[in-house]
Amino acid sequence: MLDTSENALSVSDLTAQIRYVLEQTPHLEDVWVAGEVSNMSRPASGHIYFTLKDSAAQIKCVMFKNSAIRQYVEPQNGQRLRVHGRVSVYEAGGQYQLYADQFQTAGGMGDLYVQLERLKLQLEAEGLFDGERKRPLPPQPRKIGVVTSPDAAAFQDVQKVLRGRFPLALVILSPTLVQGLEAPTQIVRAIERLNSYTDVDVIIVCRGGGSIEDLWSFNDERVVRAIFASRIPIISGVGHETDTTLADFVADHRSPTPSAAALDATPDIGDLHEAVRYAATALKVFMEDRLMAESRDLAQLKTDLARRDPQTMISGARQRVDELHIRLGQVQTRYLRRLRERLASRISTLNTVSAESVLKRGYTLVTRPDGTLITRSQQVKDGELVAIRWHDGQHSARIGEDSGGRYKRSLL
Amino acid sequence: MDDINALSYEQAYSELNDLVAKIETGDLPLDESVKLYERGRLLAAHCQKLLDAAELRIQRLNDDGGLSAF
Repeated sequence: MLDTSENALSVSDLTAQIRYVLEQTPHLEDVWVAGEVSNMSRPASGHIYFTLKDSAAQIKCVMFKNSAIRQYVEPQNGQRLRVHGRVSVYEAGGQYQLYADQFQTAGGMGDLYVQLERLKLQLEAEGLFDGERKRPLPPQPRKIGVVTSPDAAAFQDVQKVLRGRFPLALVILSPTLVQGLEAPTQIVRAIERLNSYTDVDVIIVCRGGGSIEDLWSFNDERVVRAIFASRIPIISGVGHETDTTLADFVADHRSPTPSAAALDATPDIGDLHEAVRYAATALKVFMEDRLMAESRDLAQLKTDLARRDPQTMISGARQRVDELHIRLGQVQTRYLRRLRERLASRISTLNTVSAESVLKRGYTLVTRPDGTLITRSQQVKDGELVAIRWHDGQHSARIGEDSGGRYKRSLL
Repeated sequence: MDDINALSYEQAYSELNDLVAKIETGDLPLDESVKLYERGRLLAAHCQKLLDAAELRIQRLNDDGGLSAF
């Protein structure tokens, strides 16, 4: 033993050897350990220090910031956790410890869901999810606040939709982490910054799809209350269609994805073009209507004026004179015709009267039964029926057959 | 019509709609209607031009409330 004392290792060498042994033990490189949290500390560096213990033993744990920010549960003293990591040595402190990279509550997600359900009921009872308090979204938000990570695909999706749909907008990105332990306070600050420093018309709080753990910040009570307190209306677009977080319940409008949130926030530029075209057409139609009404009124006035024109009045009078003239001619013609008719009738009467006076002197007229006058003996044949008319009446007679000749002769 | 070129899309569109309503009532004197109609046509053209030329702008809100280019 003494011989070997000269070969004593330095503390550093020993520690390095211990470290080497630990790090070469495969299952210590990738281990889950369950225990109760104590001595929890989280200094400004962002690293997390705590001790995990059970009734008989304890182990120091550290989680560096780059892992810490990706966690969705923050260890609390007394909490039972399952911690994943590797065992190694902190040489300067002379201690072995667990370098943690992931936490799970001892009950797994089951515990978290129970907590979430409890929180949801509590916030619901407080009225944070009431439909009546949800504000309408502005129809044409000129300034759009976006609360998300600058590097995330979600922000690219939002930009893409807005470029195609409503490029008139000014986007104000309020950058934040969207997962990990730091995320809730950052999201809260990002929302508050937009409310304090800007006059954006609407805020989109979004994050792309991921595991339920990745989305857990949007179930955080602080985030929910910040959304509720926002003066500016908020649209949530977290995860995929199937994901629902408390942020969705409290937001003024819930969209299923970041792209959908950008779409729901804005009108389509095609509709705006259409609206301008419509207004321009309406302008034209109303103006044409107006001009047509004016020209109709003008035509009416011209007609009214023409009626009062002296020239028109004179020619009207002249026309009436002409009409009277024509009527006068017609009256004259009728009058003359009546005179002629009356004259003819007088003449006929006169003729009759002069014949009567001859008959009274004893002459007779011989006529055929149809009234035609027989003025010569040769006009009748023997046996023919004739009428003889005296001044006071008439008789019919038959021309004799045998004595006819004598009679005729005697007459001659 | 330099004043029209200075208008934002919203301002121009809103004024255009007002003009349409005014002309629709037909209460204005004709010469004023004609003037409004001319202005309305320019406003509509201005709106279309702004819509055609629009490009999404992005700014970043810093912790101190200042804005910077994204």
